Amino acid sequence: MRDALGRLQRVVVVGGTSAIARAAMARWARERRGLEVTLLARPGARREEAAAELTALAAKVECVDLDAEADLEAQRARIEAAFDGGGDVDLVLVALGALGDQEQAWQDPAAALRLVDVNARAPIFVGVIAAERLRRQGHGALVLLSSVAGERVRRSNFAYGATKAAADDFYRGLAQALAPDGVHVMVVRPGFVRTPMTEGLDEAPLAQDPADVAEDIDAGLAAGASVIWSPATMRVVMAGLKSLPAPIFRRLPI
Amino acid sequence: MAKVVPASSDEQLVEAVQSAGTRGVLARGLGRSYGDAAQNAGGVVLDLLGRDRVLAVDEATGVIEVEAGISLDRLMRDFVPQGWFVPVTPGTRAVTVGGAIGSDIHGKNHHRAGTWTQHVRSLDLLTGTGEIRTLTPDDELFWACAGGMGLTGVILRARVALTPIESAFCTVDTQRCANLDGLLEAMADDDDHEFSVAWVDCLAKGEALGRSVLTRGRFARRDELPEKKQADPLAFNPRTPFTAPRGIPTGLLNKYSVAAFNEAWFRKAPARRDEEIQSITTFFHPLDAVADWNRIYGSGGLLQYQVVVPEGAEDVIRSCIDAFSHAGVASFLAVLKRFGPANRGHLSFPMGGWTLALDVPASVAGLADLLDRLDEQVLAVGGRGYLAKDSRMTPELVRAMYPALPRWQELRDEVDPNHVFQSDLARRLKL
Ligand SMILES: Cc1cc2nc3c(=O)[nH]c(=O)nc-3n(C[C@H](O)[C@H](O)[C@H](O)COP(=O)(O)OP(=O)(O)OC[C@H]3O[C@@H](n4cnc5c(N)ncnc54)[C@H](O)[C@@H]3O)c2cc1C
Repeated sequence: MRDALGRLQRVVVVGGTSAIARAAMARWARERRGLEVTLLARPGARREEAAAELTALAAKVECVDLDAEADLEAQRARIEAAFDGGGDVDLVLVALGALGDQEQAWQDPAAALRLVDVNARAPIFVGVIAAERLRRQGHGALVLLSSVAGERVRRSNFAYGATKAAADDFYRGLAQALAPDGVHVMVVRPGFVRTPMTEGLDEAPLAQDPADVAEDIDAGLAAGASVIWSPATMRVVMAGLKSLPAPIFRRLPI
Repeated sequence: MAKVVPASSDEQLVEAVQSAGTRGVLARGLGRSYGDAAQNAGGVVLDLLGRDRVLAVDEATGVIEVEAGISLDRLMRDFVPQGWFVPVTPGTRAVTVGGAIGSDIHGKNHHRAGTWTQHVRSLDLLTGTGEIRTLTPDDELFWACAGGMGLTGVILRARVALTPIESAFCTVDTQRCANLDGLLEAMADDDDHEFSVAWVDCLAKGEALGRSVLTRGRFARRDELPEKKQADPLAFNPRTPFTAPRGIPTGLLNKYSVAAFNEAWFRKAPARRDEEIQSITTFFHPLDAVADWNRIYGSGGLLQYQVVVPEGAEDVIRSCIDAFSHAGVASFLAVLKRFGPANRGHLSFPMGGWTLALDVPASVAGLADLLDRLDEQVLAVGGRGYLAKDSRMTPELVRAMYPALPRWQELRDEVDPNHVFQSDLARRLKL
């Protein structure tokens, strides 16, 4: 159970090797000694590294295999079990995401579907399982790492944006569906974040570090927000972009 | 979110326990415990307030039999005029008999009278298997219920010994103490006083660290009352609490306003005044006059911190007050009291020594670390925190602070093998 100071006791993180997820988990582990973390991610060096970082912060870490690109139904029992072990889950962070090669993704059907799998199918699949668990316990938060890219797709990364948008919309619907049960669903839309995923890309304006996003996530949770932008000014930028007439929008170099 | 079910008959409660789902059930009284003790997210909360009858009264001995949902406020309104007072009262009348046993509450007379449960002659417990058992202090299970936080079952009824009084007034001695040493010295003869408690200014520093106002008293005899009160010495009819004005800006209290308040309070208190006649409300329940008083702490809400350390560990109390004063924690309700010996309750909070209780705005920066550090000091001297007010301890800490917890768990498992009784507190602390 979250305590009166808002500190988390047990979290389940899906896609736990993402840089933003790691920053968030480190933050929570620092806040509360003995934080229990269930990491669902692909086995391998990156997961080991994420787990080791948390263990060093005195967190209790359990790793569970999850491959967002493989058959999900076949992994269902394992995912469900990850939620059931231990005490109540105070927070589920769904941080699955792949950027891919944007030009390839609209020309190669397999590459396009790969983005659908990682950015939409798996987050929605896990979201449904998490929702059921949180609903039953009558409290908890479900957080989706979305992206501003889904708010209005643009030429440079619409394959990524469109798949993110699907999960974003689904979770915003979940927020309404779960509110009567005391479950808080929040969608996080970061702008450009300096992570391994964006390495090599040109930095966009308002670029941030994962720790900045983690801080915004906590603020959003405390405020009970349903959607947050990180940084908050991104919201205004996106509102501006969204209201641009299509002919002008198309000509923007973005 | 929990489903709140109003409790009516024993049969209905048995049925509720037997048909409990995976998230379990929990009894709730007036919900005055500060943290998550009376909450059961996803499960069922049995609201016992409808079970508030007085079932029997022995006018000779003052032993009454009541349903557990009755409030101490009702008991006082009914029995003070007849010359009986509750054996123990907390700082508010808005608690139920069930909650008083469930948290094994203490009052200003703990050093002489012990806890509430020590005045309970027997109680009826609805267990997790749907059985109703009558327990007396000779049963170990009785003591597992004292401070058992509702997790041993639903207390249906209790037989309690009231205390005879001659008037509805107390005679109170007030004394200002310049610092903590002065206070501890003044409290040395506490045993001569029926009630004793000190209010401590946690913002005072240096020489003045722990400056305080000590109030002690006892119920007044009729002949001690001013003449016009002697006609009806047992009159007790407190006005219903009024509500703090809605418009109070949140976060009104800060370091500066509290410092000013504390200063004024300290100055207002007489250096020494003896035998002042005060009403029950003024002496025992000043906060009940300000319903929603906690709202002045701002939207972050407030957090109670209450610990006890054994006799001889006064330094830890000093270190707590010092830490709060350094952190500038704006609290205007720090209370220091001497406890008498512990009882047999496995999870009962009081133990012989000193207890410090204070409210802090939850939004204070660095509060979590500060309290964690203090917890370790308290634990190191064999002290502990109060579950009824806790909302931030960890399973490991509680295990270390309550060495009888494993035994309590055995007893609980006997009467509630399937852990039908659950609460958010139980889940958080893995009780
Ligand atoms: C302003 C204020 C001042 C206070 N001062 C003091 C003080 O001086 N000393 C002190 O000791 N405490 C003090 N308290 C704490 C308070 O006395 C306890 O939290 C008490 O348990 C509250 O009673 P309640 O009826 O509101 O119980 P609740 O908060 O509803 O429940 C408390 C616990 O008891 C259990 N419980 C309630 N009814 C039953 C039942 N019928 N059967 C089994 N379990 C039951 C619940 O499950 C829960 O775990 C104070 C609280 C406030 C708000």
